[in-house]
This record gives sequence, structure tokens and C-alpha cells, in this order.
Amino acid sequence: MAGRKLFKGNEAVAEAAVRAGCRYFFGYPITPQNEIPEYMSRRLPEVGGAFVQAESEVAAINMVYGAAGTGARVMTSSSSPGISLKQEGISYIAGADLPCLIVNMVRGGPGLGGIAPAQSDYFQATRGGGHGDYHLIVYAPASVQEMVDLTLGAYDVAERYRMPVMILGDGVLGQMMEPVSFPDQMAPDRPAPEWATRGARDGRTPRLINSIYLKPEELYKHNLDMAERFEKASANEVRYEEVLADDAELLLVAYGTTSRVCRAAIEKLRERGIKAGLFRPITVSPFPYDALSKRAKSAKAVLTVEMSMGQLVDDVKIAVAGAAPVHFFGTTGGVIPKASDIAEYAAGIVGEEVR
Amino acid sequence: MKQVYSVPKSLRPVSTHYCPGCTHGIIHKLVAETIDELGVRDRAIGVASVGCSVFSYDYFDCDFQQAAHGRAPAVATGIRRTVPDAVVFTYQGDGDLASIGTAEIVHAAMRSENITVVFVNNAIYGMTGGQMAPTTMVGQRTTTSPEGRIKGLAGEPIRVSEMLATIPGATYVARVSTTSPAHIAKAKRAIKKAFEVQLAGGGFSLVECLSTCPTNWGMSPVEAMEWVDKNMIPYYPLGEFRTPEGGQTNG
Repeated sequence: MAGRKLFKGNEAVAEAAVRAGCRYFFGYPITPQNEIPEYMSRRLPEVGGAFVQAESEVAAINMVYGAAGTGARVMTSSSSPGISLKQEGISYIAGADLPCLIVNMVRGGPGLGGIAPAQSDYFQATRGGGHGDYHLIVYAPASVQEMVDLTLGAYDVAERYRMPVMILGDGVLGQMMEPVSFPDQMAPDRPAPEWATRGARDGRTPRLINSIYLKPEELYKHNLDMAERFEKASANEVRYEEVLADDAELLLVAYGTTSRVCRAAIEKLRERGIKAGLFRPITVSPFPYDALSKRAKSAKAVLTVEMSMGQLVDDVKIAVAGAAPVHFFGTTGGVIPKASDIAEYAAGIVGEEVR
Repeated sequence: MKQVYSVPKSLRPVSTHYCPGCTHGIIHKLVAETIDELGVRDRAIGVASVGCSVFSYDYFDCDFQQAAHGRAPAVATGIRRTVPDAVVFTYQGDGDLASIGTAEIVHAAMRSENITVVFVNNAIYGMTGGQMAPTTMVGQRTTTSPEGRIKGLAGEPIRVSEMLATIPGATYVARVSTTSPAHIAKAKRAIKKAFEVQLAGGGFSLVECLSTCPTNWGMSPVEAMEWVDKNMIPYYPLGEFRTPEGGQTNG
């Protein structure tokens, strides 16, 4: 690794994608992620790649489909309303078993909502998002460096399981600057995959990139195959972090930006003699159900904190499965929770249930 | 004995799902012959659309991608940018290209993407059972215009070739018919020219092929051909609307 440089989150995720081998980017402007297409428009030509500003998010994601179908490492990024528009193409990309990288710098919704950071696209990101029976692999980084590190491995994971990988950030992660380091070397060139449509050269049989299976038994088989690959990802790719969780009587669960505020809340709670800890999912799809289930057994209460009216909390309840009461503290509309408010709310729970 | 005709190599020796009298078969053959004659089958990548031609990948013997409804030009753009020496073409119907896919076709032309678009206009949604299309003629009965297309409610048909010809990036735009041997010969020349424009790196090319749908029009194949000549050609004039040389020809 070379020395650390101060990087804005949006530019860091773009540079990390380039280091990971991304050579093609198709996007459309939307706040708060505009630095990603802007960075790619000057960076990709330097490395022999191409940037296209599409006419819409719908077109951009379908360009991703075409490029991914040729075996190229390709990326798009957007923010919540734009990701909604991309869901058509994301469903087709998943249905056609194509790897790609999608970044969502989440802003408040629904509708046009606002441009301030939010976590209200959790359901959309972790439940497939578009129509049909599929999942994405979704990473929820909590720092600019972690976003870089996850992006560096994203294409390998997407190609291993042949499904899109999403980086689920938010306006804070995209806009803030932190010191980051990148690997010195670019990812090595790799041969085109054996399914890629690049022309039926040297007499090989023509190939097809497709998501249509009109016979129910064939679609059944295909969806089972997709589910099996996601099962494998669930077994191999789940990531999470625990902070002061070993002796925690009150276990906070939070991801991304909110998890950083929770760390500060935990410090305040520990100062008051309350044994609080943090469980932070890094993959939110596949979700670390088993690890959280195990951890919740030693806690007296669980508190989910998120910037939404309650989405992550559903997965927490699935994992905890009644082993401890699951509480919820949420802010919405682009409001970031304050550590003191979380600590206050948590202390109230402790008063009722932990003591 | 000298062989004067054979099935093009770029067309698979299979039966199609197209209805009797449908002109998709003729247009497939013209595209396949073009690919053969230009010797580009091994670097051709087709993009199938949604509509009756959804399964065109089963008939063309080259690499293919199946696109979402209307998005074929965007998918083709993704392919074009990643495989520089590929010969990229889309095969789209009028419901696909002239309705849900208007943004994608306009902007592919604006960028002058170096792709070729084969646009089949039969004035109706065929695959879904004969609904009104943007290209449906005023007065034409469909399952969603039971009294015929009413101008005051549904407007008048969109002329895609004329619209695209106003875009500087549209290098070659032509409209042809498939209703007579003479028309088919002209259609072949236009399709070949469109692919040649791409091979020369000339940018966006499109050939609009007036086509029939005997099944959903409720006509015999012969009646359907006559209906194109009588009703469609006067509204959708044939000819080249944009050429690399800058000329226009009609008729």
C-alpha cells in the first residue's frame, strides 16, 4: 500500500473500482453521488476504459447489462430515486447471471425526498429490489477506507457467484473526506469469462445472455440455481464486526454511518456503567443471521439503530428470534441520530429490562 | 449445376415461431445474408428486443444478448463500448422502439453509437395479441382501439425515421418495405448499407422495415401486403432520410 491520502468517499469508491479492474462506467447525475461519475469521466480514459453519461438511469443500467454481458468489469452508481429507476435493469442483470458493481449513496425518501443521508433503502437493497426471485450481495461500509477495501474485492465476489454486488453507502459516506490508502497495483487483466458474448470467434458455438425462461420448470431450475449461489455466498461471504460485545448486556445493532454514532453512544453508556456493545453487519445481504443470533443469546436486550422508520430491525428480529427483546431507535428524512439521544434511549431500556 | 441460392449461414436451419405470412422471416433472411456477405458472423453481436422478435436469438447463428423492452440500444451501447471490433446490431419492433424505447433510440442516435438498428414496423403490438402501437394508423382497429385509432384521443402515428433524421448523429436512416420482390431487393441494399456504415466506423444507422401482421390485422397474408402498400406507404414514405454522403432519396 502506498501512503495515505485524503479522499472524498465518492471519489475513493470510484478509484477503488478502477484499481479493482473497472474500465466501464455508465451513469446519470443525481445528488449526493455526482463525484463518482465526474471522477470516472476523467479517470477511465486514462486507463483505456470508457465513460458514458446515459440519458437516464434506466438506460445506464441497461448499458451495464450489455457491457457486463461481454465479460467486462463495469460499474454504475446512483442515489435512491435513481436506484429505483435502475431496478428494471438490476432484475434483468440478476436474471441473466451477470456480475457488476452498483453503488447507492442513499438519500432520504420516498419520492424525491431529500438529499441528506438516510438508510431507508435497506429493504430495497436486501430484498433484491426489482421484480422476481433474486438477491444481491450488499456491503454496508462504515468508513471511506472500508468502502475502498470492500470495493477492491467486489468484482471477484460478483464473478464468483455471478450476481451483482451493491455498495450501500449514504450521503455522509459519499461526501465526507477521510485518509485512505489504495493498493499500488491495478488488478491484473483477466481472460474473458467462458459465458461472455464478444463474438463467436474461432468457430466456437454462439452464446446468449438472457433472462427469459418461458417454461415454468426451466425458470424453476434457474431460480433454484440462483438461490444455491446465494446460499454459497451466505456461507462464505458474510461479514460483521463486534465492538465490546463479549460482555454486553445491551447489544446495539447498526450499520454504516449510524454504527459510527453508536460507537460514541456505547462509550457514553459504558461511562455510566452500562455494559453496552455493538454488532455491525458489514454484509447486509447475505445478513449475518447466525452470528447475531449467537451474540443476542448473551444479551439482555437488543437495540436496533438506523436512519429509517424500521427496516434493519426486521432482520434483527429474524436473527434474535425472541431470545431477547428487540428495541428500535430510528431517525428519518435525512436526520442523523445524536449519540446522546441514542444513549438516553438505551439507558431507558436498561432501566426497564437490563437492571 | 451452379447453385444460385442457399439459406444464409448466419441463419440457423430451424423453424421459426412466426405466424404464416409474417414478414419477420424475410427481414431475418436479409440481415443474415448481409452478415454472411460482409463476413462478420464471428464478430457479430445481436441484441434481441421484446415483442414477436424476442426469440430472434434462436434464429441468428451468432452471439446475442436479450434486452429488456425498449432498451436494446442501451444494451448495444454497453456492448459497443467494451468490444471495439464487434459488429453490433439490434432487432426491434415498433412497440419496443417507438413506444417504451423512444429515449434509448433517440440518444443512441444522438451519441452516434456505431451500431445498426433493424426496426420492424407492423403498426401493432403482435406478441401481446394486437394492441394499439404508436405506429398504428388512424382508424386502424386493434384490441385497445376497438373503434379504430381515434386521432383526438391517441394522436397520429409517429414517423420514427423522419424524427431520427433530424438528429445530427444519425448517419444512415432509411425506410423500406417487404411487400414485393422489388421492395425486398431495395430493403436488402439498405440493410447492407447500414452495416457497411458501421464497419466503416460511420456511427448510428437504422433501417425501418414496413412489415405485416396478418394474424392481428385479421387479414390473409396477401391482403396484409396490399394493406401495407395502400395504407402504410402513403403515410410512411420509403427512401433514405439520412446518408453518410448527406443525400436523401424517396420512393
